[in-house]
Amino acid sequence: MQKFTKLVSTAIPFDIENVDTDQIIPARFLKATDREGFGDNVFRDWRFDKNGNINPDFILNNSTYSGSILVAGNNFGCGSSREHAAWALSGFGFQVIVSSFFADIFKGNALNNGLLPVQVSPEFLKILLAKITEKPDTKVIVNLEQQMISIYETDFKESFEIDAYKKTCMINGYDDIDYLLSKKESIEAFEKQKTY
Amino acid sequence: MAKTLFDKVWDAHVVDAIENGPQILYIDKHLIHEVTSPQAFNELKQRNIPVFRPDQIVATADHNTPTLNQHLPIKDELSRNQLEQLSKNCAENNITLYELGHKYNGIVHVIAPELGITQPGMTIVCGDSHTSTHGAFGTIAFGIGTSQVAQVFASQSLLLTKPKSLRVNVNGKLNKGVLPKDVILYIISQVGTNAGTGYFCEYAGDVFENMSMEGRMTVCNMSIEMGARGGMIAPDETTFNYIKGREFAPKGEEFDKKVAYWKTLPSDKEAKFDKEYTFKAEDIEPMITFGTNPGMGMSVSETIPKTNDTSFEKSLDYMGFKKGESLINKPINYVFLGSCTNSRIEDFREAAKYIKGKKKAENVTAWLVPGSKQVEAQIIDEGLKSIFEDAGFELRQPGCSACLAMNEDKIPQGEYCVSTSNRNFEGRQGQGAKTILASPLMAAATAIEGKIINISQQLN
Ligand code: SF4
Repeated sequence: MQKFTKLVSTAIPFDIENVDTDQIIPARFLKATDREGFGDNVFRDWRFDKNGNINPDFILNNSTYSGSILVAGNNFGCGSSREHAAWALSGFGFQVIVSSFFADIFKGNALNNGLLPVQVSPEFLKILLAKITEKPDTKVIVNLEQQMISIYETDFKESFEIDAYKKTCMINGYDDIDYLLSKKESIEAFEKQKTY
Repeated sequence: MAKTLFDKVWDAHVVDAIENGPQILYIDKHLIHEVTSPQAFNELKQRNIPVFRPDQIVATADHNTPTLNQHLPIKDELSRNQLEQLSKNCAENNITLYELGHKYNGIVHVIAPELGITQPGMTIVCGDSHTSTHGAFGTIAFGIGTSQVAQVFASQSLLLTKPKSLRVNVNGKLNKGVLPKDVILYIISQVGTNAGTGYFCEYAGDVFENMSMEGRMTVCNMSIEMGARGGMIAPDETTFNYIKGREFAPKGEEFDKKVAYWKTLPSDKEAKFDKEYTFKAEDIEPMITFGTNPGMGMSVSETIPKTNDTSFEKSLDYMGFKKGESLINKPINYVFLGSCTNSRIEDFREAAKYIKGKKKAENVTAWLVPGSKQVEAQIIDEGLKSIFEDAGFELRQPGCSACLAMNEDKIPQGEYCVSTSNRNFEGRQGQGAKTILASPLMAAATAIEGKIINISQQLN
């Protein structure tokens, strides 16, 4: 897994609520047996119309906005557990997703792939969306060590929560398998004495 | 200290805990399918890690399988490759696979309960969010991502933070024509699609106590649609009777011993929940959805709310509906009766009861897709197939089918589909398709009438 400590980038305002993983990566693109190539099809049915033409109204097709931070509306990543959604977002180049609320499974999947979900208050989200929409070259700083997200050259900042264990994993690029394998003995002992 | 059903099962499975961090939870059964497992197998291979407990894994092919001519080679190359990959991975790792055509093949959440694999007090995971279905047995069951599939392959365990507890109580007597699907659609319409995020839900009250196992599975299935990782119902005689005698259920003395243990699992009377909702059964009517998330539901006799909100409006726009509109008499050309929410024998019985002696509307294309080979056989044995055929319906072969439209079963652009599945997201049933979620009874009635009808009125 890729390490993550700090990111300074412009951000894309994506002011839509309840974005589900079927939108992030539609089911018909789930036929691959490896992790590569999903980025090309992220938000496929919003980026392109049914004839494959680019939808100029969709924010990811608007060249005014770019960057590796996606700032999304409330309840991002609901629906299907497909990890392909996290692969598609990182594949497209995102490293951070900001929202006021994330669905559980998506959040876990993102963290397991070095894609940082940053949960902020609805108030901060509103300010952030307004700032980056108005001034597309606004820089946003995400500092994982300090658990802080801030808007460059302004006083707007907010701290965010992350599980201490997951934070260590992200900073060092470790994943859960390494940890679980180191616990093999306890797991075997548990199997021998389990009570149910 | 008083414990909830969830606490009891969870605590019995904790191997160890990281200070200020997650716990290691032991997993009893791991269900896998063709779509979310290949990358996990690859990862293990690349890192030279063996599958730790292959005999605790069960595999099926369901998401990406055709529902016609299953005996023929699969036409779509990518789909065929994905199924071949599953067979290869299972063979290499000594994992039991119920592949296409096998008498136990079917949707993962339909086959495990009907084979007696799902039992109370277990932990079950699968790379599919509707794993919550198995909670109907008093099981901690939840969906996981592919990285976690790899973790369970490697260690039969997962690193997790214990979720908070939520209880939804529904008491009273259900109205005529109200099925378990209506109960859960009603609950979600009341609490919203993220009320359960961070929680594990228990459903309690006499409505659930009086429900069949099939009905309980329908309810628990859609827990994820209110954001909850899973839903559970306390095991009782209905549960034990369902399990008894099934293929992989414990037998004889072993079964009795298990039942004695399962009886200790229900939540203690004094147990406290972090959040609680209570509803009256009498308030629930047959439901339909009008928007693009499962929380956007209403009783069929109501009109679409006049909510001012951009996401709400965007959703209505996609569906082609207006605020204040009634959906009664809306012409419908597609009906899907299937998916892990409603493709068990009881669902087909319910549909057949309504359809018997009637004829399908000319304009309707209806897909009746059983959840498993066993359900398919039961439909034939019980004579339901001929009821469907006499009415002009065709019974297809088992699989996820139009629930996620990964195979050929796609609803065409712009068409409405009254569907017994669990998600009405944009394009879920095919690009540009518009899904209206409903019960098997509503789906059957729509197929007969060719439009949405007020079923309560008709039944009374
Ligand atoms: S039927 Fe639908 S919801 Fe159920 S497992 Fe298949 S794709 Fe998922």
